[in-house]
Amino acid sequence: MTQSSESSGPDYKAFPDQNGHFGRFGGRFVSETLMAALDELDVMYRRLKDDPQFQADFDYDLAHYVGRPSPLYLAERWTKQLGGARIWLKREDLNHTGAHKVNNTIGQALLAKHMGKKRVIAETGAGQHGVASATVAARLGLECHVFMGEEDIRRQRLNVYRMKLLGANVVPVTSGSRTLKDAMNEAMRDWVTNVDDTFYIIGTVAGPHPYPMLVRDFQSVIGREARAQSLKQAGKLPDALVACVGGGSNAIGLFHPFLDDRDVAMYGVEAGGDGIDTGRHAAPLSAGRPGVLHGNRTYLMEDDNGQIIETHSVSAGLDYPGVGPEHSWLKDIGRVHYVSADDNEALAAFRELTRIEGIMPALESAHALAYARKLAPQMDADQDIVINLSGRGDKDILTVAEIDGIHF
Amino acid sequence: MSRIEACFATLKEQQRKALIPYITAGDPTKAVTVPVMHAMVEAGADVIELGVPFSDPMADGPVIQKACERALAAGTGLRDVLAMVTEFRRDNDTTPVVLMGYLNPVEIMGYERFADACVDAGVDGVLLVDLPPEECDEVAPLFKTRGVDLIFLIAPTTTDARISRIAGAASGYLYYVSLKGVTGSASLNVEEVARRVETIRNLAQLPIGVGFGIKDAQSARAVSQVSDGVVVGSALVNQSAENVDTPDRIAPAVAAILADMRAAMDKQ
Repeated sequence: MTQSSESSGPDYKAFPDQNGHFGRFGGRFVSETLMAALDELDVMYRRLKDDPQFQADFDYDLAHYVGRPSPLYLAERWTKQLGGARIWLKREDLNHTGAHKVNNTIGQALLAKHMGKKRVIAETGAGQHGVASATVAARLGLECHVFMGEEDIRRQRLNVYRMKLLGANVVPVTSGSRTLKDAMNEAMRDWVTNVDDTFYIIGTVAGPHPYPMLVRDFQSVIGREARAQSLKQAGKLPDALVACVGGGSNAIGLFHPFLDDRDVAMYGVEAGGDGIDTGRHAAPLSAGRPGVLHGNRTYLMEDDNGQIIETHSVSAGLDYPGVGPEHSWLKDIGRVHYVSADDNEALAAFRELTRIEGIMPALESAHALAYARKLAPQMDADQDIVINLSGRGDKDILTVAEIDGIHF
Repeated sequence: MSRIEACFATLKEQQRKALIPYITAGDPTKAVTVPVMHAMVEAGADVIELGVPFSDPMADGPVIQKACERALAAGTGLRDVLAMVTEFRRDNDTTPVVLMGYLNPVEIMGYERFADACVDAGVDGVLLVDLPPEECDEVAPLFKTRGVDLIFLIAPTTTDARISRIAGAASGYLYYVSLKGVTGSASLNVEEVARRVETIRNLAQLPIGVGFGIKDAQSARAVSQVSDGVVVGSALVNQSAENVDTPDRIAPAVAAILADMRAAMDKQ
């Protein structure tokens, strides 16, 4: 690590600080009842993350239960069609349960086990984190309750039934906009009530400290693998990384191990919904401002009175008014570029990848594909883009069919 | 001496306990709030906690969630709540008013602007549910230098070390949350509350109010005997829910509940 370009940025690995701050973002903004539980979790995590046995257990589960490492796949036909940089797909869609979410739930389930908690709760938007939580709960024999907005339950019926088959109780959330943010409110309320015996498995790099840190650490396996695979398969580091950003766990998982590699450009793609200029979107980094929600300070979609406003996206997993605090910090210091793709662009990318590579992406991941589609032709043929294909699109078939006017 | 300090000093002299009602400002209309505040004082309230509506009230149960939704539907923002206190102060210069809510509306207004506005309106204390002492080093001095009390929650899960830390950051009074859960939860355990209040007394000098789970005259009396004051919220907010179409009935209904509690608490 002697290249000058590698030492010019901040010491990314030193963040967050002891209190969970990434610059002015992050922290721990929760009601007093939860402070002791967060302290307990923080102490336990700091102890276990350097414990070789804990890491060995985590790695074992990732290899034998999740099926890691996930491949780095060169999309040759799509590369040829776009006529620019080589496009590589990090195949998180091939993980057990079909998305990157399981990397994190495996890690948090191990923490829950170490802390002796018998009951786990989770919030979910698209249902992928709910399924991944229900899956690890089934495997460890834990009682599992998943909070899900009524609107998302309608959009993601298949995942709801999957969770029920796995033995989880899916709790419909009818407050507010009935989507992911309200599911998170309700999960927090459950946690405050059952804090003694309950572990809250947060699905993204948001929430109060230490969640943004520990979820990032568990998801960083994506970037560590992608970095090694790039060196081996492409013979060099990629020139650009692209990932979709809702809460931002798949993006931070890919980006974090590359942060010191100054020549690797990074693009986080938010959900543009009907278009940023319509106001109907879910892109706080592109068009929001800092505030405090769900236990941390970060960019939010909010009005002039500090009320959180409703978001819009064709993909339930990106339909969230906040974003992980580390992304807010990476935006402000300019290390990562945050851009957006709207519903139509994402749907077009969904169809295109399905037809040209035989890979059906999740609508969330399709936002990353949509941006890469614009980026690749501007780059040279000897350059490489790694896109995080964070999940598979099976769960979205009903949504896409509805848009096509087909009803089963 | 601040209004809150004077209030608790007088109560101590009279050997009475503080009755601290909570209502959500602007629920169900902006016009109803100031008359309800005056009615609460008439009925025996010592301190008023006025809730600032928020779109995502994470620490609140369904009753106050719905109240927030009604208040927001009526267009109530933080500026409106401050204006209500200004209006209340035209006829009442003695009853302390504490604004209670979540951090984000204050963050967006700006802490210094908000602290100035509190002074101008006659707000005596501020309780921000999701602002623990660990995160308030920057903002606490803004309130302290202006004589606005920062009031903090203490929970059943709060360790002794944290109680001391919270007591160090707090002024006015401490708010002990009687149970693990959201506002409006099931009944509390008075013996357990008594034990915890004793622990807090050994670590802090401030008066201790107890809230969450107090819903009638009987529970108000029981809790008042082991603390310095009782906070009642959801039981009052329910009156707004039941009188959405007849807002004139809210003030008398709220006053009736408080008068019962007052009588039970003052009974020898």
